[in-house]
Amino acid sequence: MDNVVDLTDRVGTTICPLESILMDTGVGALVDGQPVAVFRLSPAVDGGEEELYAIDGIDPFTRVPVLSRGIIGSDGDQPIVASPLYKQRFNLVNGQCLDDDTVQLKTYDTAVVNGMVIVGPTSQA
Amino acid sequence: MDKPSLVIIGNGMVGQRFVDEVVKRGLEGSWNIFVIGEERQPAYDRVALSSWFDDQDDNALSLVEQQFVEEGPVEYRLGTRVDVIDRKNQTVLLDDGSTLAYDHLVLATGSYPFVPPVPGKDLPGVFVYRTLDDLANIASWVEEQDCKSGVIIGGGLLGLEAANALRNMNVAANVVEMAPRLMPQQLEDGGSEMLSRWIDELGVAQYCGVMTEEITGDAQGVTGLRFAESEKLAEMDGIEDNQLGTDIVIFSAGIRASDSLGRDAELEIGERGGVVTDTQLVTSDPNISAIGEVACVNNMVYGLVGPGYDMAKVVAERLAGSAIEDGFAGGDLSAKLKLLGVEVASFGDNQGNDTTTDIVFVDPVKKVHRRLVLDENSQIVGGTLVGDTSGYDLLVAMARGQMATPEEPQSLVLPDYVGAGSASDMELPDTAQICSCNDVSKGDLKEAVANGCHTVGALKSETLCGTSCGGCVPAMEDLLKVELANAGIDVKADICEHFAYSRQQLFDLVRFHGHTSWSDVVAAHGSGRGCIICRPAVASILASLSNGYVLDESQAGLQDTNDRSLANMQRNGTYSVIPRVPGGEITPDQLIELGQIAKDFDLYTKITGGQRIDLFGAQLSELPAIWQRVLDAGLESGHAYGKALRTVKSCVGSTWCRYGVQDSVTMAINVELRYRGLRSPHKLKSAVSGCTRECAEAQSKDFGIIATETGWNLYVGGNGGRQPRHADLIATDLDDETLIRTIDRFLMFYIRTADKLQRTSVWLESLDGGIEYLKEVIFEDSLGICDELDADMAKHVDTYKCEWQETLESPERLSQFVEFVNAPEETSTPVWIRERGQKAPAPAETEELVIIGGP
Repeated sequence: MDNVVDLTDRVGTTICPLESILMDTGVGALVDGQPVAVFRLSPAVDGGEEELYAIDGIDPFTRVPVLSRGIIGSDGDQPIVASPLYKQRFNLVNGQCLDDDTVQLKTYDTAVVNGMVIVGPTSQA
Repeated sequence: MDKPSLVIIGNGMVGQRFVDEVVKRGLEGSWNIFVIGEERQPAYDRVALSSWFDDQDDNALSLVEQQFVEEGPVEYRLGTRVDVIDRKNQTVLLDDGSTLAYDHLVLATGSYPFVPPVPGKDLPGVFVYRTLDDLANIASWVEEQDCKSGVIIGGGLLGLEAANALRNMNVAANVVEMAPRLMPQQLEDGGSEMLSRWIDELGVAQYCGVMTEEITGDAQGVTGLRFAESEKLAEMDGIEDNQLGTDIVIFSAGIRASDSLGRDAELEIGERGGVVTDTQLVTSDPNISAIGEVACVNNMVYGLVGPGYDMAKVVAERLAGSAIEDGFAGGDLSAKLKLLGVEVASFGDNQGNDTTTDIVFVDPVKKVHRRLVLDENSQIVGGTLVGDTSGYDLLVAMARGQMATPEEPQSLVLPDYVGAGSASDMELPDTAQICSCNDVSKGDLKEAVANGCHTVGALKSETLCGTSCGGCVPAMEDLLKVELANAGIDVKADICEHFAYSRQQLFDLVRFHGHTSWSDVVAAHGSGRGCIICRPAVASILASLSNGYVLDESQAGLQDTNDRSLANMQRNGTYSVIPRVPGGEITPDQLIELGQIAKDFDLYTKITGGQRIDLFGAQLSELPAIWQRVLDAGLESGHAYGKALRTVKSCVGSTWCRYGVQDSVTMAINVELRYRGLRSPHKLKSAVSGCTRECAEAQSKDFGIIATETGWNLYVGGNGGRQPRHADLIATDLDDETLIRTIDRFLMFYIRTADKLQRTSVWLESLDGGIEYLKEVIFEDSLGICDELDADMAKHVDTYKCEWQETLESPERLSQFVEFVNAPEETSTPVWIRERGQKAPAPAETEELVIIGGP
């Protein structure tokens, strides 16, 4: 992999076709060499639209890159994912851990262009 | 300057508690600490000693982590005896010839079993009942000699436990007691007589009020007991010529303080043994303390673990420089226990005297005998309860003067006294002790609940309540319920915030409406996107009912961690692979191929407890290739990742074994193949034993099958784990067909009605009416659902497919097994170390993620 990244031209990374992410699950991806977890959620309400989220892929409690394999869900009206290891929950919108105030994950912008999922750049440090 | 040395002699329950108390106070910072234990095992739970026979696993009873022994701040020297205490030079001489200097010495040598000087006491086949080694020796003697009957000398608490142990090994047990009644220390005549009736019913013969004159036998082993001439003997069954035949003798005639080191060192010794101490547990030498069963405080030696724990705390406080003023305030000998399944309790002044009066309640039908001892002011001072110990906590609090005896104490003697039996009862004061082993009061528990402990598990780890003998756990559960209700915390059965239904209700709804996807279920009955509780619960219900592929589009997002990848995720994010080995039978070629697969993929290999082989350390992306090889070898998914049938263990049965009476391997394979892949509220384990020796340990399983001469006995509701439970016998001498039909209905009824993540054991105990109710449902069709249960199981059996076979057949499904979808050739690699010739994850603190390129 090329070590030199041109920051001025940092647009999104193409991940995969949207339909290859099973509904209400996540996939792992590499964005700028970093593991990222990308989730495809069914519409929250009848007649709504599908939702797409991307957060840091590494479980901050264990440093293991498995967050994409967690179970999604909701806390109130907020979409969340639970780590598959020890089940800490994270808000998919802002990366905030629901079980530990001091932990917040990076989140990434997402888009679907011509049926392809695009992730990045980081939307929040 | 070098730190002073603290040497602890003895690593029993009290010795280890002292170590815990010392470490809790950080004393290892100011002392070098040494523990010398004569037994080869570190401290274990001697109170639960008899449970060793359940699985014969020394470690299950351990009270200390192996890692603490090996690497902790305290140096353990186990399997080592102290020969001499040299008080002048402040050293101890060990049996390996070395010496160890001490600045302070703590004697925690406990006690040893008393063996009366009867001729023949040293014959082969004569044992005591005190240590794990004793039990192992008893078990192997019973096995080697094929013992049919045994004698226990001593009808006290331990003697009856030993009788039960023999009974469980199918050895006819005979209890011989010198006193005229069983448990002479704890019970009076009436209570003892009632206990005796219970024990008669269990087939344990009793010979009370007789003197053993000689144990007969020769170099091959014991053959019997000869009693002193007595009129009583004539009335007793099984005695001929004053003799009782036996294949094994176990002494349980009381204990004596192990005070010989103290005697030799000329410390002051109590009249009836024990090293004399003051209430700070200091002996006649200020540099030596004594705690537990070896200490004689105020002329008393305490043979219970609770007072010993209190003593350990007193000494630790003193060494920490904050001595408890009154020191050890004296112990309480109250106890509530279950002996051979019979509830027995004894508390306070249980024998009474000239100034006391008794109130007695006797129910000869239910075999209940309850007796309260009142002083001249009609206050309860003690009592004995047999067959029904309800109200024990309240009665103990009254006997201790922690609460007043009510005006009319006679109501308290009744078993169904309203409100009795519940520690949460409003009347019970906060100072009342709930856990006598660890001295936890009702107030301590209430405080812990208020601080956020809302489960029994949380309460246990916070307060240690219920972690020793476990007798107080029901009281804890009651108290927790009431405290949560008082605090307005809801304890409704809803599975989570997204569904206002219990699992059973949800199961019925899904079944009735025929839902096949999450979106249907949540749209009709729930709200939101669900969570880690309801999504896997719905996944399990859908899988139980439709047996579809669990990673289909409509279900993949519901699966818990392990189901999601059809493999078990380990702590570093890699997976383990367990193929099904039905009945534990495997061909040499399959075994070789599994070994080859492990070598080719560099997988850590371990034999599981369920007669299978576990291969660890596979990357997500390697799973398909590994499973392809496994399937090619003729094996299939073992569902080790699912809440589903796991293993059906078996012994070799009549095919090979000299003792087997049925073909247990064939039965195990048939059962495993029938129920493989069956999704259930929790994992399911089974086993089939080919005879009553029960080598497959079927009674510890969710459903266990034991061969008889004419068929099969079926046991249900057992499990190992944190709270082990023996399975209950539900039917005897079943033919093959009836056996399978019974299991079909048992499993389907469990799957239909259990709560989420509820093992069969807890489910069975929660059924109103218990095993009898279950028998009515299964054998008498009392609910009229047996046809449905049979049909549901038939559907499962007909539609089973190996999930890995299904996965490997579909490129779409295989595409789920990549770590990074946009860079399938790359994987993250955890840090591995090599240990004993295999790879293993690096210790957690050193672990760091490394991304490497693909091949």
